[in-house]
Amino acid sequence: MESIIDTTKLELTKKDFESDQMVKWCPGCGDHAILKSVENVFPELGIAKEDFVVVSGIGCSSRFPYYMNTYGIHGIHGRAAALATGIKIANPKLSVWMITGDGDSMAIGGNHFIHVARRNPDINILLFNNKIYGLTKGQYSPTTPKGSKTKTSPQGSFEQPFNPGELVMGARGKFFARVVDTNIKMMTQVFSEAAKHKGASIVEILANCVIFNNKIHGLITSRETKVDNQLFLEAGKPMRFGKDNEKGIILNGSHLEVVTIGENGITEDDLLVHNPEREDSGIHIMLANMMPPEFPAALGVIRSVAAPTVEELIWDSVEHEKEVSPYKSVDDLLNSGSTWTVD
Amino acid sequence: MTEVKNKIIELKNAVIRFAGDSGDGMQLTGNLFSDSTAFAGNDFATFPDYPAEIRAPQGTVAGVSGFQIHFGSNDIHTSGDLADVLVAMNPASLKANMNWITKDAIIIVDNDAFTEKNITKAGYEDNPLSDGSLNGHLVVNGPIATLTKNAVSELDIDNKSAQKSKNMFALGMIFYMFNRDFTKTFSFFENKFKSKPLVVEANKLVLKAGYHYADTIEAFVNTYKIDPAPLNKGTYRNVTGNLATSWGLLAAAERSGLKLFIGSYPITPATEILQELAKHKQFSAISLQAEDEIAGIVSTLGASFAGALPVTSTSGPGLSLKSEALGLAVMTELPLVVVDVQRGGPSTGLPTKSEQSDLYQALFGRNGEAPLIVLAASSPSDCFYSAFEAVKLSVEHMTPVILLTDGSLANGSEVFKIPKVSDLPKIYPPIVKENDPDFQSYKRDEKKLSRPWAIPGTKGLRHRIGGLEKENITGNVSHSPENHELMSRLREEKVERVSNFIVNQDIIGDHDADTLVVSWGGTHGVMLTAVEQLLDEGHSIALAHFKHIKPLPKNAEELFSRYEKILVCEINLGQFVNYLRMRLPQFTYKQYNKIQGLPFTVAELKKEFIALLNE
Ligand SMILES: Cc1ncc(C[n+]2csc(CCOP(=O)(O)OP(=O)(O)O)c2C)c(N)n1
Ligand code: SF4
Ligand SMILES: [Mg+2]
Repeated sequence: MESIIDTTKLELTKKDFESDQMVKWCPGCGDHAILKSVENVFPELGIAKEDFVVVSGIGCSSRFPYYMNTYGIHGIHGRAAALATGIKIANPKLSVWMITGDGDSMAIGGNHFIHVARRNPDINILLFNNKIYGLTKGQYSPTTPKGSKTKTSPQGSFEQPFNPGELVMGARGKFFARVVDTNIKMMTQVFSEAAKHKGASIVEILANCVIFNNKIHGLITSRETKVDNQLFLEAGKPMRFGKDNEKGIILNGSHLEVVTIGENGITEDDLLVHNPEREDSGIHIMLANMMPPEFPAALGVIRSVAAPTVEELIWDSVEHEKEVSPYKSVDDLLNSGSTWTVD
Repeated sequence: MTEVKNKIIELKNAVIRFAGDSGDGMQLTGNLFSDSTAFAGNDFATFPDYPAEIRAPQGTVAGVSGFQIHFGSNDIHTSGDLADVLVAMNPASLKANMNWITKDAIIIVDNDAFTEKNITKAGYEDNPLSDGSLNGHLVVNGPIATLTKNAVSELDIDNKSAQKSKNMFALGMIFYMFNRDFTKTFSFFENKFKSKPLVVEANKLVLKAGYHYADTIEAFVNTYKIDPAPLNKGTYRNVTGNLATSWGLLAAAERSGLKLFIGSYPITPATEILQELAKHKQFSAISLQAEDEIAGIVSTLGASFAGALPVTSTSGPGLSLKSEALGLAVMTELPLVVVDVQRGGPSTGLPTKSEQSDLYQALFGRNGEAPLIVLAASSPSDCFYSAFEAVKLSVEHMTPVILLTDGSLANGSEVFKIPKVSDLPKIYPPIVKENDPDFQSYKRDEKKLSRPWAIPGTKGLRHRIGGLEKENITGNVSHSPENHELMSRLREEKVERVSNFIVNQDIIGDHDADTLVVSWGGTHGVMLTAVEQLLDEGHSIALAHFKHIKPLPKNAEELFSRYEKILVCEINLGQFVNYLRMRLPQFTYKQYNKIQGLPFTVAELKKEFIALLNE
């Protein structure tokens, strides 16, 4: 995808975005690598540094705005999506980045999350999914696997979790991607694609909370198992993965299946070719739902469908109304309709 | 006295109540009468009485819709206690309104609607028209439905459509009774039903038929005339409180050079503000119907950070949902105007009735020490000026403001003298210029203690704000105990200093009186009327009606010290009086409260005041 903005004049570097505040996440927390990746991406986007706004809710992850030297607002728990929507609609020129946790956006902010996906403002949403409440020290979240023992589920959680990707698409979201916090290169690339996508770009980051939920994404991220459990999706490419790239995904009837190329007469031509721009979200949902051990986890941009943004439609309507409205000033409005004069 | 036929009696003022089934078009009838009242040069105020249900069963008391208008040759401040004339289009509307008319009120009914079935539906055992229960009233019971049908017999229109004009027959009778002119009403029909000439014709014929019928049967013995009110020179219109609030906000946007942003969620009786502002994108006013009240206020706060003129509108239950975000607005010290159109509470309470019971919530309903400005509008037209002032104070002092209106102001209407927007004060947002070398996000204005507004997109001002406590001046996150105390005091002091920027509290009535009656917000009209009448009757009494609640006007203390007896009147259990007891404990306050979902009546206030005067 081509960048819409000319980068040549700006020449920003990582340094331009590093804040002077001490970063207070635990050593080893996945959030550090995410911060690095964002610092990599911002100077590359061709956007002036004063045009970035970083918005968050509450949680460990939501401390993020303090660590970026941009305009920033650290909001209240769950409400970052509403803050970001207001900022973007009020000033569409701004590049708005929303930082949220799995508790922040799936629990208390679940309502705002589905509505931001549906409304489609052009903002970038980084969802730090560590499947736990970090800041409050280890309670289960709406993405915590059923059966997990946490401080508030000592017998193992009784609840079925959300899959954020499925939720985004259920809410008719247009962009969903997934990355792992162990791969800065992958994060940098995908964040950059999210930035370029016009609309609400939601990126789920499988993040590790070393203190309260260590290795929760271990099967997907650990050195030993990752090749068999990561499928990095690229538009127009067949879905292949594995140590020797020998495995692939096919659509068998109405469900996905893992196959090995060369076995049972399977060739590369049988594999599904990724099309993130498909309007229908059926296959995207199936891809988002793939999880080890049965499947690899789908990473990269799973869905990216063009659609008008809400702020575009609103401001187009403003321009139209300026042309057609009989009221050129508030005086006109006050004097409209039934009035009478006393001399 | 030997009565001459059709003697025209001059009245100072009168109250008419139009009532009928929801489908009978009583709101339109009332509005058309209001228009002709304006045309006749009277002052007036109106109040609609909508049923709580959208489509209550036809013919039942629950489905009655009413519209009351009080008009006169004097200044009119309320929609009137009791009606002098009741138009009741069916038995249910007669039943529902018998408590709201004077003992000798004239009652106009549609005799055709008083069928056995309708009488039973309304919950009557016998026909009220014949059982003597209306003794003392002049009852004009014309067969309105039949006469409406006859009036349009020449037109190619079926009876069902014709019956839609039944209300115009009643209006015609009222026009006759008050010697009114049709011109305005006819041109309304022509405009409204432009594409349906038959409907225009039918309405005209029926209106005229009602007029002539009243004349022919000598229905009213006398007819009445009310002289024009001595209104000052100027152009006038009729406004409801919600309309005036919306327009006040738009005027403030124009005077501040900011683009209005309203993020709101529909709730009775505040919805019309969002609906009205949604119509005015030509002024770059942006409206967002949020997914809930929280998203409403939070998106608005986001817009505020981004430099818009931020407004959210709601009613009590919605204000509860906004509490946490109001705290964020206090902490981030951004402008934010919250319009709370109060209704009966707690919980869903009495959604269609008015109350003044959100004052505690507005003043105190947040975690932490979270001071903000609280204003209260005093009449439908004052909603315009109060909304304007709410914006001015919020923007110039960088603080959230809660503007309290209420259901009676929101839906009530009165005559509004149209101001010129350029005559309204200018609003100066403290926006920081790019690359300002002195910029620090929490460095305060010396006089106001407001912080600067540094808007994203401006070069050289990147900074972070949020809900965590801020270090004085730098705005960095701070957990220092001394800093927290300092900042808490600064935030409180900032709001209190607003009293240097608002008008002093005025007194109406006898400045040398011993007795002061006190009120705030939407009860202004009825309090003023009661006090004016007592003054006319030779009593010595004064009224202080508050629009500025927090901070209180600076002279409040001196003012209270002048009176021996102070009586605070409110539609709640005593929220303002208790606030006064807290803020100015040196005075003794009596209180008069009513909490029935009903406004004060002039009569009950006068009774209460006289008792106090005689103490
Ligand atoms: C209204 C409100 N309720 C509860 C909290 C307490 N709280 C703060 S963060 C948090 C959960 C954070 O979890 P998550 O969003 O997953 O973020 P993480 O810390 O894991 O990054 C909770 C419950 C709060 N700050 N505000
Ligand atoms: S508690 Fe967990 S999420 Fe929070 S900073 Fe520490 S490691 Fe990171
Ligand atoms: Mg979490």
